[in-house]
Amino acid sequence: MIRVKNIYKSFDRNEVLKGLNIDFKPQSVTAVLGPNSSGKTTLMKALLGMVLPDKGEIWIDKLDVRKESDYRKLIGYLPQIARFPENITVRELFEMISKLRNAPANSETLVDYFDLKPFLNKRLGHLSGGTRQKVNIVQAFMFDTPYLFLDEPTAGLDPLSLIKLKDLINAEKKKGKTILITSHIMSFVEEMADEVIYILDGQINFNGHPRQIISEYLANSLEEAIAKVLHGLPDIGQKNGQQNTRSTIIRSFKKENIDD
Amino acid sequence: MIRILKYSFFDLMRSRWTIVYCAFYGILTLALFGLNSDISKVIITLMNIVLTLVPLIAMIFGVIFYYNSREFVELLLAQPIKRKEIFIGQYLGVAFSLSLSLLIGLGIPFIFYGILSSTEIFNYLTLLLVGVMLSMIFAGIGFLIALKYQNKIKGFGIAIFTWLFMAIIYDGLFLLLLAIYRDYPLEQFSLFAAVLNPIDLSRILILMKLDISALMGYTGAVFQKFLGSQLGMTIAFATLLMWVIIPVSGINYISKRKDF
Amino acid sequence: MVRSPGHIIVFLLLAQCVAAKQIIVCPGCPIVSVNEAIKVAQHGDEILIRSGTYEEYGIVIDKQIKISGEKGTVVDGLNKGEIFTVIADHVEISNLTIQNVGTSYTEDRAGIRIRKSRNFKITSNRLINTFFGIYLEHSSYGKVAGNFVEGEAEEEMSSGNAIHAWYCNQIEITDNEVRNHRDGIYFEFVDSSYIKGNLSEENLRYGLHFMFSNDDNYFQNVFRDNGAGVAVMFSKNINMWDNQFIMNWGKSSYGLLLKEIYDAEIVNNRFQENTIGIYVEGSTRINYRNNDFVQNGWAIKISGGCLDNAISQNNFISNTFDLSVRNNKNKNLFDGNYWSSYTGYDLDKDGIGDVAYRPVKLFNYIVDTSPESMVLMRSLFVDLVNFSEKVSPIFTPKNVIDAKPHIRPFKRKAI
Repeated sequence: MIRVKNIYKSFDRNEVLKGLNIDFKPQSVTAVLGPNSSGKTTLMKALLGMVLPDKGEIWIDKLDVRKESDYRKLIGYLPQIARFPENITVRELFEMISKLRNAPANSETLVDYFDLKPFLNKRLGHLSGGTRQKVNIVQAFMFDTPYLFLDEPTAGLDPLSLIKLKDLINAEKKKGKTILITSHIMSFVEEMADEVIYILDGQINFNGHPRQIISEYLANSLEEAIAKVLHGLPDIGQKNGQQNTRSTIIRSFKKENIDD
Repeated sequence: MIRILKYSFFDLMRSRWTIVYCAFYGILTLALFGLNSDISKVIITLMNIVLTLVPLIAMIFGVIFYYNSREFVELLLAQPIKRKEIFIGQYLGVAFSLSLSLLIGLGIPFIFYGILSSTEIFNYLTLLLVGVMLSMIFAGIGFLIALKYQNKIKGFGIAIFTWLFMAIIYDGLFLLLLAIYRDYPLEQFSLFAAVLNPIDLSRILILMKLDISALMGYTGAVFQKFLGSQLGMTIAFATLLMWVIIPVSGINYISKRKDF
Repeated sequence: MVRSPGHIIVFLLLAQCVAAKQIIVCPGCPIVSVNEAIKVAQHGDEILIRSGTYEEYGIVIDKQIKISGEKGTVVDGLNKGEIFTVIADHVEISNLTIQNVGTSYTEDRAGIRIRKSRNFKITSNRLINTFFGIYLEHSSYGKVAGNFVEGEAEEEMSSGNAIHAWYCNQIEITDNEVRNHRDGIYFEFVDSSYIKGNLSEENLRYGLHFMFSNDDNYFQNVFRDNGAGVAVMFSKNINMWDNQFIMNWGKSSYGLLLKEIYDAEIVNNRFQENTIGIYVEGSTRINYRNNDFVQNGWAIKISGGCLDNAISQNNFISNTFDLSVRNNKNKNLFDGNYWSSYTGYDLDKDGIGDVAYRPVKLFNYIVDTSPESMVLMRSLFVDLVNFSEKVSPIFTPKNVIDAKPHIRPFKRKAI
């Protein structure tokens, strides 16, 4: 159970999150979307305790993120840019993370799955971007954690690996895990996400199931729907008399949160 | 913390630069012995080099190490480890690997040239101890500067200026003040000023071994008390230790409040 | 009275023939005290004091006699007064332990005083807590050898010297060990005498002190950890060789102080770990040759009024400052010494550096004007300052220069 309550965060004078509230839907894939620098990564990092909110609360399984560090045992994290210490090998990296977490890692299966075996004894500094991303994926998935936070997981992947990644995510979802994804690839989001939250202006602009959003905005794809949200929302709303739908989503969402 | 320390330590011990650093001291010491087999003269020359270069190199190492491991730190932050453990552990890794390089680089040639059976052994041990303390202090300051300034160029600039200030400018100003106010009793002031700068303090520790005959020629009572007694040594070492603690608590303070 | 050597020999033979008897003193003997023994003794007699403690003082020796003790013979003055006062010639005192004369503010008490006597011999005695140990006045042709003199001096004002000589000549002070007095050995108006092979240490003021004394030599002595090693003042023709001046530390402390002296040879000495190796003031025609200056604060400090000092073939090794010259109008010659802080080169390989060495650094001047700057010694900034001064000298005297610095230290045979 992840609960974000009214968090504010600004960097210097730039306010990124302004009273953001959300409960992430358990045991499903939630995609966090939003324009560039809208605070997606900031939100994810706040969940991990890497960014410290100026105000507000974050609870993960009833643990206060601001005070604890142990709750991170529950989370597998795939950072956006996968750069690791250059002088150690892939195998050492996995061993190291496993030791650091003091938890058994299931790296062999994943290494086989992503054909990383030939690279196990290579130093991380010598790997290509795509291979590094695969290593990144393995380290995020190799623990049996109830939560997975994936920041741009598709970056640098070839089509085959992308398919493998999707299968992996689906498999994990079936195991009942709560998965958060940020991505710029809308097709990927449309395919994978059970729930989309859209951050705009530091708050949740809307949320819902991707297909629901697509249909509500009379779009052919999630991409188009979002484009409509961004550019022509009032027009679309007036023409189609659907302004209420949008506000309903938000209002209902807000209400839900405030009621808590 | 031990785990983080171990990883950054071994990562650094395998790094080219650590090996270059270690080899530099080894070759330098051998060269000095080649020019002059008088151990006490070699120690004096090395003292000058250690007092100047160790702070500079330790600080640069601290800065580089932090900047290079920023992404790795993000990975660590997502693990169930406290921030304090991550940063202090990393700092100790840098400080220990620098100290070890110094000890090996200075140690092996001296053992080869018979320091163990020499009467200079205490002067030599003081040199080593001071070298290690300076490594610890300035690696800490470097780490702190890098942690504080996201911008690498700014970080390097400030580090180099800090070194310039402590190694040269400080003493210049100090001497200027002594010259201007030479008609006033400056004994306490000068001791205080010397203790405040870790480089000066380290130098005085070595002076107390090498130049005690001259130091005892100074007439002031406080001076005599400080330099001629066990108390002075104790205060000096305590202050050096405090100089280690200051940047370390700075690292702790900043890292606790920093967003990544 | 005029005496010639012939007279003395005849006199001695006579004494020997007439009454060469031995008087034994011991607690159970007919004679139980030294005073009694001296009363009954004749010229030329020997007094043997058997082992035991004799509580006596004010013993006046007015006859030509020899007094000696066994192992464990102690004469204890119980802090009440001077113990032996010798006023006769040819007196010998040996193998006694003489202790506790006590301090008096009206008289200078001594363990053994020789007054206006000749040909005395004080050998192998132990003098413990005697205000003055051995006090020689107006005496000559005497020998003080192999004695151990230890005092309990705490303040200069209220303590005496271990071996004190005043208006004497032709005396020999050899192989004594003196410590914990005001001065270890003190010479005032003492001429044509020598001091050899003594160890003088832990004295409050000087290990050895010359005042107004001429034509004396001292050699093969060790002066360690005194207020200052040796002071030679207002004297002429004092030669010093093979001595060691070690660890004389303190605010105005030196291995050797030369003040207002003329014509001295200082050869083959070792000055180690003194605050100042040699402090010279107003001294003229002094030769410093083949000495080792090792790890002193200042190897040599020359104050005003010094002319024609020649400093050559010495080793200057690891001193904090090699030289300090207060007045650069002095004409003193530095020639062909080894300086460990010399950084020049020797391209023609003749063993002599190709660039002259300037033993006075700018930092010497800075320390002289503001002593607190001492804490900046050996700092990078000071090195820079010294370097720039070396490149273009402004403050340091141009004429204080060793034009032929040796590249390697001079080898010495062990002292």
